[in-house]
Order: sequence, then C-alpha cells, then structure tokens
Amino acid sequence: MATMIQAIRMALHVGESRLGVTDIFGEDVGAPLGGVFTGTQGLETTWNTPLDERGIVGTAIGLALAGRKPVAEIQFCDYAFNTIDLLKVAGNTYWSTGGDWNVPLVMMTPVGAGIRGSIYHSHSFDAQATRIPGWKIVMPSTPLDAYGLLLSAIQDPNPVMFLMPKALLRVKSKPGEDIPGAPDDDKRLAQMIDAPLGDRSAWKPEWPALEEMYIPIGKAKVAREGTGVTVLTYGRNVPMALAAAEELVAEGVDTEVVDLRSLHPYDWEAITASVRKTNRVLCVNEDTEITNFGEHLIRRISEELFYELHAPPKLLAGAHIPGIGLADNLEMASVPQMSTIKSAIAELAQHEP
Amino acid sequence: MLRSRLLEERLITMYKQGDGYFWIGGPGEEAFNVPLGLLADKGTGVDHDFLHLHYRSSGTLLALGADPVDSLRQMKNVASDPYSRGRNFAGHYSARKWNVVPVTSPIEIQYSIAIGTARAQRAGTGAKGISIVQGGDAGTAEGDFATSLVWSSRKGAELPLLLIVTNNRYGISTPYAGQHGYDQISERGKAFGMPTAVVDGNDVEASWAALTKALHYVRTEKKPYLLEAMVSRLRGHSSASGANLAKEEVDCLERFQKTLEDRKILTRSAMDQLRDEVTTELAEASKRIRGEAPPTPESIHDYVFADKNYVGGEV
Ligand SMILES: Cc1ncc(C[n+]2csc(CCOP(=O)(O)OP(=O)(O)O)c2C)c(N)n1
Repeated sequence: MATMIQAIRMALHVGESRLGVTDIFGEDVGAPLGGVFTGTQGLETTWNTPLDERGIVGTAIGLALAGRKPVAEIQFCDYAFNTIDLLKVAGNTYWSTGGDWNVPLVMMTPVGAGIRGSIYHSHSFDAQATRIPGWKIVMPSTPLDAYGLLLSAIQDPNPVMFLMPKALLRVKSKPGEDIPGAPDDDKRLAQMIDAPLGDRSAWKPEWPALEEMYIPIGKAKVAREGTGVTVLTYGRNVPMALAAAEELVAEGVDTEVVDLRSLHPYDWEAITASVRKTNRVLCVNEDTEITNFGEHLIRRISEELFYELHAPPKLLAGAHIPGIGLADNLEMASVPQMSTIKSAIAELAQHEP
Repeated sequence: MLRSRLLEERLITMYKQGDGYFWIGGPGEEAFNVPLGLLADKGTGVDHDFLHLHYRSSGTLLALGADPVDSLRQMKNVASDPYSRGRNFAGHYSARKWNVVPVTSPIEIQYSIAIGTARAQRAGTGAKGISIVQGGDAGTAEGDFATSLVWSSRKGAELPLLLIVTNNRYGISTPYAGQHGYDQISERGKAFGMPTAVVDGNDVEASWAALTKALHYVRTEKKPYLLEAMVSRLRGHSSASGANLAKEEVDCLERFQKTLEDRKILTRSAMDQLRDEVTTELAEASKRIRGEAPPTPESIHDYVFADKNYVGGEV
C-alpha cells in the first residue's frame, strides 16, 4: 500500500524511464533531498534550481518549447503567486500563436491546509488555477488517482497543473487501490524506494516493475454512491466527505460523493447525472469562498439544472480571510472539516422545498 | 535594413489610416537587428538558435526571410496573419519553423523563458544551437532579467545564452537615469562572471562585429554573454505616443546609406529607386490585404488545447 507521495514518485519514475520526461526540477527537488515531501527521491532526471519561482516556470516553458518534457515543482503553491503572468503565458501560447507552439509541461505543487502550515503553507490554488485558461488542472484524493492522473498529465501536449493535497501525501492507499506493479507490503515498498535517513550518496532505489495506468483528464469518479445529496469535491475534502457520509447513514441520509479529480476540463456529465439523481448539491473545497470554483459549479447547475433541484445549492469553502492561522482552532475554523461537511449535508437533506 | 524601415513606416501609415489598432516596432534598431537575423542559425529545434525577441524585431524577422506582407496582415488583424491569426498586436512575431519563440507583451518574461531553451542546448546535450534573448533597457529592472543572469551563470551549469539589451534610453517616457543607478546595463553581467560588451547599435559594421564575437563565444564556450546595443527610437515608444519622427535621434539607415555612397558601393539614386519600389510594393500590399477575411467570431475557441505534441515532433 503506497502513500500518495510514493505514488507520485513512482509515476515520475515511469515518466522519466518510459514516457519521455527529460527534466524534473524545482527547489530542493534533486539530490540529496529529493523534494521537501520526498516526491522526487531517487529519480534520474531531477535537478535543483535557484530559489526563484519565476525562473522555474519560465524554464519549464522554455524546455517545453524546445521539445523536452519538463515536470516543474513549485515547492508550495503559496509561492506560485508571483508566477501567475508566466502561468498565463504557458496557458495562452498555443492560442495566441494560432496553433504554432503547444506547451507540454507539468507543474506540480502542494496545496491546502491540514498540516498546521500557518499562513504561508496552507494556501489553496484551485480558485487561481481555474482562472487561467489553457491549462488542464487535476487534483487527486487517493494514491492510485495521483499515479494515474500524473501519467496522463505527463502524456498531455498541454500545460497541466497537478495539485497535490498536502494533508493526504502520507496517507496510504486503501485495499484494492494498489499501484499496479508495486508490492502490497508497505515496509517492502519503503525499503525499495524511500531514501534512507542520513548519508544517501550511495543509495539507489529499487523500482518495482510498475505498470502504466492512466486516469483520463476530465473524468470524475463517484467515490460513494448515494441517492439523497450530491457532494462535489476534490483533494483533501474527499475523504472528509466520505467519512461524513458514513456517519450520516445512521441518520438515514444517503450521500453521493463525486470526486471531480479534474477541475479543468471538469466532468459536467458526471455532475449532471448525480444532480439529476439526488436533486440536492453541496460543493466543498478549501479555497476562500469569494470567487471560488464551487461558485462556478453552482452557477452552472443553477442555470442548466434549476428544475432538478429540490434545495438551494450550497457551497462550503474556506473563510474569506487573509490567511489560515497556525493554532488548531484557527486552522479548523478556516477551512471545511468533517463535522462542518456533515452538518451541511444533513441540512441539505432535510431541506423542504 | 531599408525594407525593414519601410515596413515599419507602412505599418505606421496603416495605423494612422485606421487599418490597425496599435503600432509598436523597431525603426531605429535596424543596424543591430538585421545583422542579428542574418547571423542567427535559423531552423527548428535545439540544433538551431532559439530567438526570444522584443516587439521591435521586424528587422530580425525580415533578415530571417519573413514576408513583410505577413506583418501587414498582423497589423490589419486578418485571419491570414500567420503570427497570431488576428489575435495579437503588430510586431508580436512567432515562427516555430525558425525557432522564433512568440513575442509577448509582458515585459521581460522572455528572459525567464530563454533559460529553458538554453538549458535544452547546454554543454553535454550535443545540441548545436544556442538561445538568444533580447529586450529593452527599462525592462531589465524586472526580476526576470536578474533571473536570467543567475540561472545562466551557475558554475558547472552555465547556459549557452546570448543576452541582448537594446538600450534606447527610455521606458515609455521614463528616461534611463530615472530607472538605473549604473551607467550601462551590461555592467550587471560582470558580477556574474560573464563577458559583456557595449556596441553602437546605430553602426551596422560595429553591430555585425560585436554580434559575431558574442555569438562565437556562446557557441564555442556554451556560456552566457551580455551584449548591450545603444540604439535609437526613431518613432517614439509606440502609436500611443504618436509614432512621430524623433528628429534628435541618430538614424542608422541614413548613416549606413552615406557609408555605402562614400565607399561607392551603391549610388544614392540606386538606393532611392529601391526605396520607391519597396514603398510602392508595400502600399499596394496593404491595400490588397484589406480584402482578406477577418477572423470569425467562432474562431475565439480555436487553439485552446493542442491535440498533439507539435513541439515534441508530432505532426
Ligand atoms: C510587465 C509589464 N509592465 C508594463 C508594461 C507596459 N509597457 C510596455 S512597453 C514599456 C516600456 C518598456 O521599455 P524598455 O524595456 O526600455 O523597452 P523599449 O520599449 O524602450 O524598447 C512598458 C512600461 C508591460 N508591457 N509589461
């Protein structure tokens, strides 16, 4: 059972050994550290950059234009905000040149709260990311989805942003959701691919015989089927919504949890099917609530599925405050928690038209 | 040089006659930009030079072999504009067949992007080409310029990158001294251990020699070089400031024509005749393209996502 960060590392290994990835780079991405979350340990094509996010994104664009296949990391999405005009260029180059240059790059960056990261290690990026046309945006909630989405991102001829829910990076996969080709035994997997503590100059990973597995960009997954209320969510809030749904069984509420996985393009078909079935919808994410991606979904649902709805669609998102404070109470009051998701679902289920 | 100058003059006329919405370009930079286009190794991919140009680069494009009528098409924003299909301003070139990376409006970002193409050509990769990046003097105040100095000069990881600053001594209106505390931009390269040079960009022979030297260094050493060319801004910043002739500036074309005449290489009347011919040619072309179709409203949705990896060699 792999963790999400191990799954990411294994996908990058498949990427560089079979899918043409030429450069995996960012701050502290190369040896000796292999990434602040260990995502790039033991890989062949990693290198360390200067501490300069604009340089990282610019280099990724340039490498892509030169026909290479770069995977760039921004160490925390909190530090990607000064690159937004370059992200816009990555997203608009194919369009503004009328199809002359496509920009095949992957940018990965850890996002969100849940690790007591205080003001500058808790930002979300989904609202910003979905405001940059020309990018595909994905965000996994399980190790297997991380593996399959990252392989698809690597193969895509467009810029793809791979948002890594920080709080889930060390969570292990559930039974039946193993990375194809990786050993089931987590101790064995760790021995094979986790760098040892201390001096690792002589260490080399022993990669399992991994099989390729692609999760198409643009396809959601029904993480839990239900008939009473639809929860549209992604990343860290998926396991929370699933836990809330389990607790609500006792109260007679049957929740459907749709894990969007791709924020752009997003799976409107899956959303429509679920809303038609449950007639009640809750959007959950951690980004600040004003001009939030969930608001977009609610706007479209209201316009196109209005007569399917038995209750006003609801958004549960991060508070619109300047930051996420460090103390437990502050962080928990700032972004959705299992308990707040649970009460929001219950409220929707009980709503009488 | 003459063709490039006349092209810019035609573009300005088109703008003034309502055949375009905005003009920005390079009258005054021909003596430097034309040699650059002639000396660059043009082609596709890492074995040729990547050009990350400024919005004053028509001289370089024409020297590479671009059809001046295509520039008129971009000015007129017709669907047949090969650089942007009616989407972008004049002077915003893009030509993958010659590694001309798209010119974009945000000042200085080409200096961050050029690191990537140069990285793909660094020593040890076997790539034969180098990367060339060019921008104005005011823009070097942006962080991207510092980015390119830092990234290209790391010991053992140097990049084959020719950094060019075309210094016309102005931003839009802010004069040089209002932005920089050093006399020459090129001085900044010294702190990064790279060779630097300043050249009179109004002198075509000096520009040719300076570019030859700089290109030779970058090609053979696979290391960065910072070249600053002092140039004129003959028509002001852009159409936003009127695009009128700045009489106080040195005109490199005048100067070169005089040299050609003095050295008896070309007669004044031959040059005048060429001027008349090209002027008529471009005037006629600009009338002709008035009849070319504008982009359709539906075309806004074209080319949002690529279906194939064209830059990776798929066709
Ligand atoms: C990032 C950014 N800021 C501001 C502008 C507006 N702008 C366009 S050109 C220009 C001046 C550029 O001066 P310089 O770099 O010296 O180039 P020049 O036009 O003189 O060749 C400014 C401020 C812009 N395009 N991009």
